[in-house]
Amino acid sequence: MIPAKFDYVRPSTVDEAVAALVAGGDDAKILGGGQSLMPVLRLRMGEPSVIVDTTRIDEMKGITDAGDAIVIGAGVTHDEVAKSPLVREHLALLAAATEHVADRQIRHRGTMGGAMAHADPAGDQPPVALAMGASFTIAGPGGRRTVPASEFFVDYFTTAVGPDEVLVSVSFPKHTGWSAHYEKLNRTAQAWAIVAAAATVRMDGGAIAEARIGLTNMGPGPIRATAVEQALVGASTMAAIAAAAEQAAEGTSPTEDIHADAEFRKHLARTLTKRAVAKAAGIS
Amino acid sequence: MQHINVTVDGTSYEAEVEPRTLLVHWLREGVGKVGTVVGCDTSNCGACTVLLDGRSVKSCSVLAVQADGCEVTTIQGLSTGDDWHPVQTAFKECHGLQCGYCTPGMVMAAVDLLNENPSPSEEEIRDGIHGNLCRCTGYHNIVKSVQYAAELMGGRK
Amino acid sequence: MTEILESAGVIGRPLRRKEDAKLLHGRTNWTDNIQVPGALHMALVRSPMAHARIKKVDLSGALAMPGVVAAYDAASLGDLNANVLCVWPVTDDTVMPPFPALTGDKVRHVGDVVAIVLATDAKSAEDAIAAVDVDYEPLDAVVDMIDAMSPGSALVHDAAANNTCYVYNLGGGYADAAAKADVVIKRRFVNQRIVAGFMEPRAVVAAPMGMSDEMTLWSATQIPHVLRVVLSLSTGIPEQNLRIVAPDVGGGFGGKLQMYREEILALQLARHLGRPVKWNETRSEDMVASHHGRDQIQDIELAATKDGRILGMNVTLLANMGAYLQIITPGTPLLGMFMYCGIYKMDAYQFQCTGVFTNTTPTDAIRGAGRPEATFAIERMMDELAAELGMDPMELRTRNWIQHHEFPFTTAAGLTYDTGNYEAATARALELFGMDELRAEQKRRRESGDPVQLGIGISTFTEMCGLAPSRTLGALKYAAGGWEHCTIRLLPSGKVELVTGTSPHGQGHETAWSQIASDILGIPVEDIDVIHSDTGRAPYGMDTYGSRSLAVGGQAIKKAADRVIENARPIAAHQLECAAEDLDFANGAFSVKGDPEKSVTLGALAWAAFSAHNLPDGIEPMISGAATVDPEDFSYPHGTHLAAIEVDTETGKVRVRSYVAVDDVGNQINPMIVEGQVHGGVAMGIGQALYEGVEYDADGNLLTASLADYLIPSAADLPSFTTDRTVTPSTTHSLGTKGVGEAGAIASTPAIINGIVDALRPMGVTDVLMPASPQNVWRAIQAAKGAGA
Repeated sequence: MIPAKFDYVRPSTVDEAVAALVAGGDDAKILGGGQSLMPVLRLRMGEPSVIVDTTRIDEMKGITDAGDAIVIGAGVTHDEVAKSPLVREHLALLAAATEHVADRQIRHRGTMGGAMAHADPAGDQPPVALAMGASFTIAGPGGRRTVPASEFFVDYFTTAVGPDEVLVSVSFPKHTGWSAHYEKLNRTAQAWAIVAAAATVRMDGGAIAEARIGLTNMGPGPIRATAVEQALVGASTMAAIAAAAEQAAEGTSPTEDIHADAEFRKHLARTLTKRAVAKAAGIS
Repeated sequence: MQHINVTVDGTSYEAEVEPRTLLVHWLREGVGKVGTVVGCDTSNCGACTVLLDGRSVKSCSVLAVQADGCEVTTIQGLSTGDDWHPVQTAFKECHGLQCGYCTPGMVMAAVDLLNENPSPSEEEIRDGIHGNLCRCTGYHNIVKSVQYAAELMGGRK
Repeated sequence: MTEILESAGVIGRPLRRKEDAKLLHGRTNWTDNIQVPGALHMALVRSPMAHARIKKVDLSGALAMPGVVAAYDAASLGDLNANVLCVWPVTDDTVMPPFPALTGDKVRHVGDVVAIVLATDAKSAEDAIAAVDVDYEPLDAVVDMIDAMSPGSALVHDAAANNTCYVYNLGGGYADAAAKADVVIKRRFVNQRIVAGFMEPRAVVAAPMGMSDEMTLWSATQIPHVLRVVLSLSTGIPEQNLRIVAPDVGGGFGGKLQMYREEILALQLARHLGRPVKWNETRSEDMVASHHGRDQIQDIELAATKDGRILGMNVTLLANMGAYLQIITPGTPLLGMFMYCGIYKMDAYQFQCTGVFTNTTPTDAIRGAGRPEATFAIERMMDELAAELGMDPMELRTRNWIQHHEFPFTTAAGLTYDTGNYEAATARALELFGMDELRAEQKRRRESGDPVQLGIGISTFTEMCGLAPSRTLGALKYAAGGWEHCTIRLLPSGKVELVTGTSPHGQGHETAWSQIASDILGIPVEDIDVIHSDTGRAPYGMDTYGSRSLAVGGQAIKKAADRVIENARPIAAHQLECAAEDLDFANGAFSVKGDPEKSVTLGALAWAAFSAHNLPDGIEPMISGAATVDPEDFSYPHGTHLAAIEVDTETGKVRVRSYVAVDDVGNQINPMIVEGQVHGGVAMGIGQALYEGVEYDADGNLLTASLADYLIPSAADLPSFTTDRTVTPSTTHSLGTKGVGEAGAIASTPAIINGIVDALRPMGVTDVLMPASPQNVWRAIQAAKGAGA
């Protein structure tokens, strides 16, 4: 199918992008890598009047070491994120989850910032951002602001980014030396996650000293399993991990669709969390 | 209308396009590169895969205006005249195609994979081409084709 | 000739395909590539509702849009509105409601077509359909077959009481068999609805040819010849004025074995407006507009003795027709009715099928068409009976199958299988599979309580191919015949034109047909041009579906090639100055018996015929051979497929670890192509078992409306396959071939599900719904746990 008509703007700075959004009004839409937006446009499920293409904004492109954090421009592709030595060294969980995003072609084109701003509840990276305590830099007509992950994801396909704002970058606190695993259950390799568990742990003497757990597709947005994180401290056996993971579905209200109902998703949250933590911790 | 300048299979093209024009539609209708085909509208099938500045992309999910200033390689630019790219040779030798509709995308995906990983394992091949659907072959001979292409290309070094 | 073909030539050799050079270089001729100057683009206004009365259609908004040339609803289309035809009323009282290209009274499924727009370009046409205003009065949707047949259900068609299209009965005597049985098992299987999933979406270009009355229709179809007949019957365009071309066609799998409303509309409007009309389908349209397949509820009973001998089988089907009858919708489930006995001997067989209308996309043939459903039922039942009797499932099969020395064998369903060797195929499969090691591993995993359990799935299947003996089709009330045609012409330069009535769309006929003709004529494969899929150049044929092309069309090639030789013989005799009967023909040349130095090649004879300077009296200046072959009987490929299945009992995720397919397709022309067909078929069957399923909600909205929701497996979801063949040539087909296009898809689905159930049977699981998604598998385990508690 062919998208409906729209005007096209290709700014070269963030300020220009914001100005274009303001000028475009409510019907303006940002096009990053386009891997989420293009199908929407083609199926005419969305008909924006103005498309603001942010792919040529240099500021949104790099991955930088900011001391205690790694800052990733919103326009960095999944492929660049997954292969970045900085990400692999300091953000093992983000690298692991990003390798699971869609397929090679889509990872070449799609951006991490775009995926975050799209906020699909089945997306692979939002729970990582939440679990790792990332913060989001957003530019708007009033300047720039920084929003923690816990406030960034608002609802289904809804974030703190306003209609006239641009997500500029995402800053992840370094988790150097933490090991990680992303356990995703999907029906086919192309399918979105039914549920996935993102786990990263810091080990101390064979036991888990700290853990961060995020869950994919267990609600309108990503979920952080803080009860599990706390229960995991000191765990050094599979039994202890399994016991902690039993709390993974608590307080969640997952969606129901043709792939899974809520009860099955809750079961998966427990099972996949157990597996993700065990693999991250190297405990079997 | 938007002015673009795109190099396709080695030739530079200047064109005026409507912004909503998909890259694949411009390639097919604007440049006549009908070797690249459309199989779906949700970026699943990968039949439209081309190389954009050397990396595989689904040309149904890129606007033509976004390719402005870029270089595109389609199945028709992989080899010239009667020449065969090793991946093309391998697909023929290993019967890696039947109806041939997924083939342009599958070949371009394989070229991209082998550019990055010259000797992939079977699992890496299967994972590397999972963005391309084929209904005819069950992928068995496609996997063999990519393995054989890797061999042919290694042999050329 | 029904012995194993052992050719010194090219038959039986894995020649690389002639088709591949253009396909691999992108120099293709898909219908969507065809550009005709001045073409109008057609876009269709499709119903968003499953069932509604059309109160008003307002085309004015669309007509005011830029680029729009015309727009029609059913009323304004008037007499140009023609019907999609069903050619298979299976009973005298089959309800055959009209299926107009544009519906005027009601919409009957999501995707039904209410109006069309024609514009100067595709974008304008697509923009304009959004401006067509349709006022619908929603009606209760009929979605579930059992609900559809309940009293008080809404009716899809007023003429079909209880939404029943037909009731078909075959066989009988089951009650007597059951009365004698030690064991009777009953199961209900749901063979879910799937899509064909050809990668090339459909496309149509219709064009008037200059000032003549001729219309050319290019269509991504499997059936250009059949299509010409039905389009002519439907539209009244004289058949001789209609040329149908299927250019490069990107897969079909039965989904392009159809007469589609878009073909009617493009043709009628191109003729009416005097301008070419082009339409290409989007994938989301394909999901609602191209026919679906399967969708049966099967109630199966098997009666047996306690030592495992099958006494009788009773099959009661509900078959979902969807909202309308397309070309062979009612007959599709009946293509399976002879196959429920599978390879097994039994005394009684009783079959009943009820066709049911619902507010869903029409169903029709998809790869296997009735036989996958039948094979699924019998092969699942064999495993269930084995479990019931505490018997090894392969042992149970061995006790019941027709032994190789018992052929020809007439089954309880009334078919006579000419040949087969189930013992040999099974022995070879077991050898390749490593059954003993896998059973040992299965035992270890069971004993250790491993979360990942291993199951072994068996499918010892047969099918009927080579559609079809025309008299049989007539007895089944199918309107057409099942013959196939070939004409072979020697060109003056000694090259060969082979004109076939088959219509390939991925099967490699250009290569395989050349191999057959090459061996018979002694002319190199590269000198043979295979012409097909164009009623202007290959006017006579019955097209490609039902694994018929080689089984039937191959016989026509052989007969035509033999005739070429016989027609050349008198010219050769004249040239060599001897009697025709004193000539031997070998390696492309005639030679005089006892004096092999005196010889003349077919190529030289072709020139002699062309120049016609020196022909014997009464001999016409042309060397050709034509043959139209009606097959003597169906052919019966068979095989043994074995699958090792890992089931993650905690997540329900299934992985096919290994898969062995030993098929017996009779003689093989090109084993490389045969293997490719098996691979693709097996993958499609695994798709149905594990991933694919069309789903509607209670209002008839399609929930699997794109490839993002309808899950076609990718390379990462499938294993490599181990394939081999045993060769038991067909005795009723002159080349000893049987057909292979559908075998894999027929065999693999039950092998996978049997493997899953085998893995989980100790937990109390006796069935799992398809597709065996993680949730369906996990639910089956939970239900068994609950039942056991």
